[in-house]
Amino acid sequence: MPPKDPLQFLTTARIAVVAGKGGVGKTTVTAVLARAAIRSGLRVLVVELDGKPTLEALVPGVEVQHISAPAALAEYLQSHGLSRVVKRLATSGVIDVVATASPGIDDIVVLGKIKQLERSGDYDLIVVDGPAAGHAVTFLLSAKGMLATVRGGPIATQAVEVTEMLADPTRCQVVLVTVPESTPVNEAIETAAALEERVGVHLAPVVVNALDDGPLLPAAGAADGSAMRAAAEFRNARRTLHADECERLAQELPLAQLHLPLVPGAVLDAAAVERLADAWATA
Amino acid sequence: MGHRVTTRQPDISALLDAPDVLVCCGSGGVGKTTTAAAVGLHAARIGRRVVVVTIDPAKRLADALGVPGGLGNDPVELPIDEGCEGELWALMLDPATTFDGLVRANASSAEQTERILSNRFYRNVAGSLSGTQEYMAAERLHALHGDPRFDLVVVDTPPTRNALDFLDAPSTLSRFLDHPLFRLIMVPTRRGLRVLNVASQPVLRTIGKAVGSDVLADAIAFFQAFAGMETGFRARADEVIALLHGESTRYLLVASPRGDTIEEARYFARRLREKDLAVRAVVVNRCTPDFGAPPSRRPKSAAGSELYDNLRELRATAKIEREHAAVLLGDDAIGPDAATRFVPALPGDVHDLEALEAIRTALFGE
Repeated sequence: MPPKDPLQFLTTARIAVVAGKGGVGKTTVTAVLARAAIRSGLRVLVVELDGKPTLEALVPGVEVQHISAPAALAEYLQSHGLSRVVKRLATSGVIDVVATASPGIDDIVVLGKIKQLERSGDYDLIVVDGPAAGHAVTFLLSAKGMLATVRGGPIATQAVEVTEMLADPTRCQVVLVTVPESTPVNEAIETAAALEERVGVHLAPVVVNALDDGPLLPAAGAADGSAMRAAAEFRNARRTLHADECERLAQELPLAQLHLPLVPGAVLDAAAVERLADAWATA
Repeated sequence: MGHRVTTRQPDISALLDAPDVLVCCGSGGVGKTTTAAAVGLHAARIGRRVVVVTIDPAKRLADALGVPGGLGNDPVELPIDEGCEGELWALMLDPATTFDGLVRANASSAEQTERILSNRFYRNVAGSLSGTQEYMAAERLHALHGDPRFDLVVVDTPPTRNALDFLDAPSTLSRFLDHPLFRLIMVPTRRGLRVLNVASQPVLRTIGKAVGSDVLADAIAFFQAFAGMETGFRARADEVIALLHGESTRYLLVASPRGDTIEEARYFARRLREKDLAVRAVVVNRCTPDFGAPPSRRPKSAAGSELYDNLRELRATAKIEREHAAVLLGDDAIGPDAATRFVPALPGDVHDLEALEAIRTALFGE
């Protein structure tokens, strides 16, 4: 059964990783979650991994940190006695060597950095705008993968600590985002299974974005072949599909759902984020 | 529901006037895979022997084509209507398997093949090393282009910003061969490259301490095994780049009429322009259909009023969408000879040949 307040995870977990395929509105959801958390009086940090500069504008006043894998890796190497090597090869060169020799190390240091921010105690909630496309599972699996291949050393320690963080629902949860159409819903169901079984991370409520929610229109009230009739039938077909997909998602993925309404033309700005956060506050 | 198709010269069917390769690019969630499949379907209808290749590991293409068992690394023929002279095939690229095949083709001996394929580092990176997937896509494209079963290859690129990296196949390859780790352990000799004694390299010893020495040992063993194969790889890559930049390859840009995806589409258009590649067609998917004008006065009944408001709302959405699309179509990076198509949103998903047929009709007419 879904909890009474689906946004409760904002106060029970300290890190919310927002994950979903490209185009489903991960950044929108990151912004709305951050806004909703600020409203509850939480100290919020947004972490962005993609180099997208838009988040600051969407949630004015919130602290945003951009973490890039190469920069995090360089910092890690410098702090682990490799400053001489870094000097000898150009920084980018050594990063390339290390990243190639040890696949997943860049993901581990990014997660390590997020762990550090969590441990600083400066924030009640860190919302992570997760990596693009299908990279989320690989990203979160990097710690386990590293545990299997590396024995001993600083990276192994890092991998142990990150695995612990991911497995603890009071520290980290993943917010899956989808849209109410069949392929994205299928992908969300598959990703959920992979995250729970392979990564062992706790899933927060799943967000259904761009939902055309509402009762069916009395289409028969307009003349056959009229513009009003065609528009109503289009709208009804979409609302039916969206309701069916939410229902199917609920059946196959027993998680609470958070719904975000369809924004025409998806002109996303700070005001739209406010309105979406309002929709959740009154839900 | 009437699908009104807006046509602008030049004609989109010129897109299929004897190209060998058609590359579909665009960001995630814009219906790129569906467009690639619909273009493939149309080409098969007009008698081409088409193979649609998807690089996206998601099962979108299988879904769009209604293939129940999913797609694999080998092409499967799809049942389209009888009496159609063309053929429609599809496959989903598996970078690791493709890389294995390339190693087999280029290795000088079975022993070298075995040494590389069983290397733990190779197994880790074959499908995941940055650039490998793009390079394997280009490699596969080259192989399919030479396959006598097909006369048109339609490529559905991954929904990421670096999707066009495969256009840089040779430079991707040289990044790999000119890799600092590769250079560190290889020294040129009169007979080619020779592997240096690793223990004599303090840099490598230090790196080993940071990442784990066995991980590094695997990586070095891989580069050692790889020695001697670079010439074959480079020659192949040069052929691929010639194909991608040649007259027989055409580029199709897919977008949806939303502010964020239009910006992504402009980014792709600029990347193509930088490489002197022309966008031959722009497809704007998922447009709110044009239902026609509302009655001149709001109906008095509650039901009529509700329907009137709905029509007005959808028309307002369509107007916002047209403004977004105009920004893309007006971009300098898209030349005047690019054909444009607006494809109306279907109320449902596209996951069978029937729905695909509706998209095909919206693109190319009856």
